[in-house]
Amino acid sequence: METHLDPISLINLIFLFVIAIFLGVELISKVPSILHTPLMSGSNAISGITIVGALLAVGLTPGSTLCTVLGILAVIFATINVVGGYLVTDRMLRMFKTKPTEGKK
Amino acid sequence: MSLTIFITICYIISSVLFIIGLKRMSSVVSARKANQLSAVGMLIAIVATLLTSGLMEWQWIVFGLAVGTAIGILAAVKVVMTSMPQMVGLLNGSGGLASFIVGWSAYHYQPGASLLTTISTYLAILIGGVTFTGSFVAWAKLEEKFVTGKPILFAGQKIVNSLLLGALVVGGIVFCAHPVDNYPLFAVIMVLSLILGVLVVIPIGGADMPVVISLLNSYSGMAGAATGFVIINSLLIVAGSLVGASGIILTKIMCKAMNRSLANVLFSGFGSVVKKEKTDVKGEAKPISAKDAYYVLEAARSVVFVPGYGMAVAQAQHAVRELGKILENNGAEVRYAIHPVAGRMPGHMNVLLAEADVPYDQLFEMDAINPVIDTIDVAVVIGANDVVNPAARHDKSSPIYGMPIINVDKAKTVFVLKRSMRAGFAGIENELFYFDNTRMLFGDAKESVQALIAEFKSV
Repeated sequence: METHLDPISLINLIFLFVIAIFLGVELISKVPSILHTPLMSGSNAISGITIVGALLAVGLTPGSTLCTVLGILAVIFATINVVGGYLVTDRMLRMFKTKPTEGKK
Repeated sequence: MSLTIFITICYIISSVLFIIGLKRMSSVVSARKANQLSAVGMLIAIVATLLTSGLMEWQWIVFGLAVGTAIGILAAVKVVMTSMPQMVGLLNGSGGLASFIVGWSAYHYQPGASLLTTISTYLAILIGGVTFTGSFVAWAKLEEKFVTGKPILFAGQKIVNSLLLGALVVGGIVFCAHPVDNYPLFAVIMVLSLILGVLVVIPIGGADMPVVISLLNSYSGMAGAATGFVIINSLLIVAGSLVGASGIILTKIMCKAMNRSLANVLFSGFGSVVKKEKTDVKGEAKPISAKDAYYVLEAARSVVFVPGYGMAVAQAQHAVRELGKILENNGAEVRYAIHPVAGRMPGHMNVLLAEADVPYDQLFEMDAINPVIDTIDVAVVIGANDVVNPAARHDKSSPIYGMPIINVDKAKTVFVLKRSMRAGFAGIENELFYFDNTRMLFGDAKESVQALIAEFKSV
């Protein structure tokens, strides 16, 4: 896992970071409060994207046992975050499927 | 080279799917599909990463994915809806821990990386570590395991926290200047980050948990973004900052709903000081029996339920829904009014009521119910306290003064379902209990509601 962040890539990444923050704020502001819990668990699952780094930490660190072990642990925790997050969100959103007219006279 | 380009294109598609997924979360109708789209984006990202040339140790990669998937499925299927705040807390924590470990691994493998990479690694360790232990403590507080749910304060707490933060900043600067052969300092930074996570969450009380959970949600995204800077990966940065922004927004909404600043929530140890001298509320609370409550409800044309954390604790949501149905069949208009900070995380009550099959068009936000509350015949407060305390409107000396509340006291009759006359989390007496139009139905929320249902059925 070679990493050498130089100033040019850094400024490009910061550019991306700033734009994504603003985009995120715009998107999330439109979510109604009724959906805040699933929003939170769903966005939480997205933060499991760190799994990409975890996979590389296992597979691209030849010759270091500690790195492999750390990588495996990171993969496990990131996968829990991703799988658990998406599934539990789906479980919640399934309950919101109730038709609005049901139960009304 | 072409493989790298292909992987990057996959990452772009993933980012787009995450964005569309969050966008479609804005409606109950499209939300489930939205979440699935987002999951597809994640799958694409994982598969694309596995295509990276030179990737080794496949058996361990498969092992890690399998173990994580098994635990994730088990947790998601087993968890009960009332424990959703704990679940989200733990998920936040495991994401933070993953970022923390990736940062550690990056430094261990390549201690002499560029200055910018070292700074990013430091940030991934710091934010990831705080997210991990902070979430764990939040979970423990919610479960009331190992620690009490009340704020934990000790003398000189602020000084200790400031010193710790100062040490992390100074240590970080020294470390980033001389990363090579500085493993001991790196280890110290890791440990201090973990300790900081514990210390920032313990002084925060149970009722402020919605803010903490939102904030940790934001941190878990930021930790992912920091990891993106470490491994120079745009996808991690985009996804991480989207989540970071989402957490910030929710934190802001929660603070606004409590009329407090974020600094106040984080540092004040709210509710730790019980002001005994403030209990000079006039009058006497008037208890009511289930039978008398039944007569009032039977005649009511409009009923509003106001649920709070007590409903979650008593697991009363299904009973409440059943009573709601009976009242509807009896010709009453039934609504559910939900305060933004009711429960232990944003939207907590909505999920519980949705679980009990309450149609979502009967769920009303505070701002929607307050203008019509004086037309309501009966407001039934179930396990809520501070969010219906009228002192927030007029008593300038009250700790919750200025907090928007659901004005149940303006309804024609108010039933308060409560175990005892104990004060709420903020430790404040609630004058609502002594109002002329208020009746107290003492007992476990679930049992009280079931008693009411029994009265209706016995006719």
